[in-house]
Amino acid sequence: MATPFVRIDGVAMRYGGAEGTLALQGASLAVEEGEFVAVVGPSGCGKSTLMRLVTGLWPPTEGHVAVAGREVTGPLAIAGMAFQNPTLLPWRTILANVMLPLEVVEPHRRALRARRAEYERKARDLLRLVGLEGFEAKFPWQLSGGMQQRASLCRALVHDPRLLMLDEPFGALDVFTREDLWDVLQEVWLARRPTVILVTHDLKEAVYLADRVLIMSARPGRIIAERSVPHPRPRRLELTYEPEFQAIVHELRDRISEARRAEPADAA
Amino acid sequence: MPREAPRSAEALAAAAARRRRLERALPWLVIAAMFLLWEAAVRGFGIEPFILPAPSVIAESMATWWRPLLANAWATLLTTVAGFLLAVAFGLLLGIAIGSSVLVYRGLYPLLIGFNSVPKVAVVPVLVIWFGAGFWPAVLTAFLISFFPIVVNVATGIATVEPELRDVLRALGARERDIIAKVGLPRAMPYFFASLKVAITVAFVGSIISETVAANEGIGHLMLVASSRFDVPLVFAGLIVTGVMGVLMYWIAVTIEERTTGWATRGQNDPRLAAGG
Repeated sequence: MATPFVRIDGVAMRYGGAEGTLALQGASLAVEEGEFVAVVGPSGCGKSTLMRLVTGLWPPTEGHVAVAGREVTGPLAIAGMAFQNPTLLPWRTILANVMLPLEVVEPHRRALRARRAEYERKARDLLRLVGLEGFEAKFPWQLSGGMQQRASLCRALVHDPRLLMLDEPFGALDVFTREDLWDVLQEVWLARRPTVILVTHDLKEAVYLADRVLIMSARPGRIIAERSVPHPRPRRLELTYEPEFQAIVHELRDRISEARRAEPADAA
Repeated sequence: MPREAPRSAEALAAAAARRRRLERALPWLVIAAMFLLWEAAVRGFGIEPFILPAPSVIAESMATWWRPLLANAWATLLTTVAGFLLAVAFGLLLGIAIGSSVLVYRGLYPLLIGFNSVPKVAVVPVLVIWFGAGFWPAVLTAFLISFFPIVVNVATGIATVEPELRDVLRALGARERDIIAKVGLPRAMPYFFASLKVAITVAFVGSIISETVAANEGIGHLMLVASSRFDVPLVFAGLIVTGVMGVLMYWIAVTIEERTTGWATRGQNDPRLAAGG
């Protein structure tokens, strides 16, 4: 009996003291190693809070978070993160941006000076994988939003994290760019098989990418339902037009509507 | 421009070049126009030289007194730059401390504001009592008046690191020191250089104030002596020399800024850098 790779057990999170906002309550979930899980829910349901708890940036007010069989008590170096905002450093080239985690995280930090060529090759390989070959020496502001997000994805992956946490990474992109990046992400995942937790409000995105979609309730958030997506990989964009696929999207939409109706709309 | 650019693009480039030439010449034209207007007004209204001397009279005074003007300008430049460099070192350190620690910010900021509100001219006599008239009071007044903008700007640059970026680094196990070194400081550099431009000009104000109160050399001292002799053209000559030094130092600061933090002013000077895709 293997324990799940990520386990959240009865977690509550309250901001700003005893009278503060309750973002999560009674949230539990389990993710297997190598699994791709998407978390969807109405806006303000605490999806991003969940992410910060899993990566150990904040301790939960109540309950337990365990990753790789160990209780999370501080920041997790085995996690990579990417956000809606690519947050690349404008004074660094794309390559230097991607290599930033290696300058910070142990044990790479210590080895960087001696093995710079090797690490650089690794970063270049990643950039090639997401279609950014030839842009290594450019600066972030010379790239489009979609290309910046690709670079941000590389930065999240460069230290070979076993857990990839994505917080609405494609939320600010136009539809075509977003669909391109779905395939980029799928390819990366198939090539390296990290455990992925993707927080999104795009149901189509969730169903297309994930093995399993978890639905959160309105604030205070908890997981109220889940739906596994049986389609084999690699999935192709044509899949999103198939009735079977759309039925899953509709089912999720109905569940979320229920979730929103169940709670009074006072969550601000 | 690529070689196979069409003719219209060449025409556009030529227009842009003309515009750049005009932009470069414009400051000089404006200065020349100001002096001409000034000269005409003084002559036209028959204003006495001891009220407002015409630029030609000031120029004459400059030619006569160029030796003391140069010597005193040099003294002022030295004290100003010394005070300014002190302000840069101190301002950077304090700015980093305030920007990276909420505790330091809360504890020190009110004191700093209060301190900055004290008119520096009132501090000069105290400095004279401590250090005697001359070099040190001028350096310290220049320092006191110019460190505040540096502190505020460096602190702002460091304190406004994007929370997501902070999360990315913290999740990797970065210490606060790493975040400041990798992100905070580089990010604060444009703010820092912007503050240098303000700081260097007010540093001149500081040293000259001090020189007019208690000194035996410097442009401030020269202007004080000149006005006590009712040599108003020489007073104005001193003012103009000060202005020229201020512009020179400002220009040096801008040049360093452009060399080091070009990434922050992207797109303003080179449209080729803008990309799509």
